[in-house]
Amino acid sequence: MPQDHDQTQSLTMTLSKDSFETHKCDPPSLEITVSKEELLRMYMAMVTMRRIETTADTFYKSQLIRGFCHLCTGQEAVGVGLETALTQEDKVITAYRSHGFTYMRKGSILPILAELLGRKNGISGGKGGSMHMFTPNFFGGNGIVGAQVPLGAGIAFAQKYLGRKAATFVFYGDGAANQGQVFEAFNMAKLWGLPAVFVCENNQYGMGTSVERSSASTDYYKRGDYIPGIKVDGMDVLAVHQAIAYARDWALTENKGPLLLEMETYRYGGHSMSDPGVSYRSREEIQKVRAENDPITHLKERLLEHHISTEKELKEMDKAARAEVDKAANEAKESAQPDIETFWTDVYKEGKGVPFLRGREPQETHHYK
Amino acid sequence: MSTTLLRSARLASSLSSISRTFLHQGLPVKHLHTSLKTHYAASGSPPPAEGFLPGVANSQLIKHTHHDALRNPELAGVANGETKKMNTFQAINDAMRIALATDDTACVFGEDVGFGGVFRCTMGLAETFGRDRVFNTPLTEQGIAGFGIGMAAMGSTAIAEIQFADYIFPAFDQIVNEAAKYRYRSGGEFNVGSLCIRTPCGAVGHGGHYHSQSPEAYFAHTPGIKVVVPRGPIQAKGLLLASIRDRNPTIFMEPKILYRAAVEMVPVGDYELPLGKAEILTQGKDLTIVGWGAQLYVLENAIQLAQKKMPGLSVELIDLRSILPWDVETVCNSVNKTGRLLIAHEAPKTQGFAAEIASTVMERCFLRLEAPIQRLCSYDTPFPLVFEKFHVPDMIRCAEGIERAMKF
Repeated sequence: MPQDHDQTQSLTMTLSKDSFETHKCDPPSLEITVSKEELLRMYMAMVTMRRIETTADTFYKSQLIRGFCHLCTGQEAVGVGLETALTQEDKVITAYRSHGFTYMRKGSILPILAELLGRKNGISGGKGGSMHMFTPNFFGGNGIVGAQVPLGAGIAFAQKYLGRKAATFVFYGDGAANQGQVFEAFNMAKLWGLPAVFVCENNQYGMGTSVERSSASTDYYKRGDYIPGIKVDGMDVLAVHQAIAYARDWALTENKGPLLLEMETYRYGGHSMSDPGVSYRSREEIQKVRAENDPITHLKERLLEHHISTEKELKEMDKAARAEVDKAANEAKESAQPDIETFWTDVYKEGKGVPFLRGREPQETHHYK
Repeated sequence: MSTTLLRSARLASSLSSISRTFLHQGLPVKHLHTSLKTHYAASGSPPPAEGFLPGVANSQLIKHTHHDALRNPELAGVANGETKKMNTFQAINDAMRIALATDDTACVFGEDVGFGGVFRCTMGLAETFGRDRVFNTPLTEQGIAGFGIGMAAMGSTAIAEIQFADYIFPAFDQIVNEAAKYRYRSGGEFNVGSLCIRTPCGAVGHGGHYHSQSPEAYFAHTPGIKVVVPRGPIQAKGLLLASIRDRNPTIFMEPKILYRAAVEMVPVGDYELPLGKAEILTQGKDLTIVGWGAQLYVLENAIQLAQKKMPGLSVELIDLRSILPWDVETVCNSVNKTGRLLIAHEAPKTQGFAAEIASTVMERCFLRLEAPIQRLCSYDTPFPLVFEKFHVPDMIRCAEGIERAMKF
């Protein structure tokens, strides 16, 4: 990509002083050093992520996707800022608003879109759908609200036990923040000093319920009580990156046990594709966030301000992202349905589970070798 | 696509934009197809190949007229009253309205019930009865159940909603270890009889793992609670009022596919239907079929299919209505008459409730049985998304089961 500055050249930027608020700890530095290449990769990732979600939206409206589909449009900075601060060895687990995370954790676009369409080459073989996507270091993709948090604590425990140099990032939403099992996980993580970073993705609404109406305390970063916490501007990808890097150091390098991050973010779409998203908030509110606080626009402004790129180049990147996703979308639409045999697989470990599963008639049984 | 628009056009005048969106998402392809057939049937097109129109809307079990509805002896108390066209969620709404109006201690709570609920079952209740009686809870099923148990222990009527039956498992401990055992462990000092937990259950066409389950079997294994599953609006209203007023903690499982699909003339008055009592829907002498909830409509179609191959086949179709306690007498009397039994349900086969029915009937009617008891259930896998049509016992599988029972 032709431009004025050397790609590997590093730049030091200052984050807004409103980026962080802390609870029982020091904030990360507001000075962030990042290379041009990294910034452009962040931009490309966010734009691609948004295009994937827009494609999913279109697919759903044409009834190509059935079931449930939860989009992260508007929350791209969280997924991108997370991944750029992690290594491939670190573990991530989240709930069902997971397409963006899957993409960042090395899930390619075609398997993601194919999974949404329930096709054979989907990332879960077409058997999971929107809510259940996994990659080797990404544990999904979980449907039951809050259930992934104790799971995350367990994953963190395994890292510590096995002496792995990996931190576990456990995501949950503002709605899930009131689940009992979340606090059970906090206790275990603190008690046993687990390298777990709990991240509350606060997009202000738990489905149709605003945070004020669901939570006695909306300071989700303080809800860990004995676990120190930081509230982060989740619409600024650099603030997210800085906070995640800080948290990773805290949990892993400095061995200080768990940390709680709250990402203040916003979703433009409804809770899921079944929810228009305007019965519990005004269109003006959504418009306002889009206009004043969009994560992609933020980064774009930074890139232009620091002469890292030009309008023209960024438009080219937009087009490239769009083309890549559209190509995958077309391929996904042409992909084959899963074989009927896969209906029976993965219930148990074959050969070591049950000898057979019953079918429709006494004569019809599916045998495992 | 045009089918969706047809249905939308018919109902547009009475629905808000939100419910129209839910309507688009809530109906399975099978029922959209049915409505298309109905439209064409009305305009004089050739009859369908199977010889009958499948689906809930065309069912003989649905009471389409005032007189049809009131012919039911169980509705004797409201036989002189009015009826109104209601679908299942409207009937459930009506039941809760009556419960709240006749019982000052009654409260309705759960996730998102305040604005009307994700299936519109609680529409208008908060406006009519106040937000101190109809209120939202945070996202916390264990909390909702525990909270409801506490309220009921103090004698208040707690009508709790668990948004989807798939989410009831965090509350499982509260229900099984607290609610079910309260009366027994306190020697009658306390009880939570005024607790009723309502929850949408069952397959919907696109629900996948966590919006389709039928967990009645897990709860049937717990003495101390009652489990009820209605098959349509008239039943839902009467059984829900009975469940709320019954002095035992009750789990009321509403097959979500029926919320819009089943529309009947429902008595507007205050009436209850008996818990623990099954209903014989059609009398017969050759075969007894037991089902509950939405599966009954599948069974109705399966019987119609089977009757084409075996003309004159006379089937006794029974709606179990209460899973716990279940009406052993009615089922066994029927099997003693017919000698053959088939049970169908959407939950997986192993340890599904059909297993309990089959065991009891085997014990009681062993020498009368002419054929092995047929259980038509879902396969033993997690509830799939793309494979749903293969997973559930559809009318063809059930018809095959009927054939097996008859030709043994």
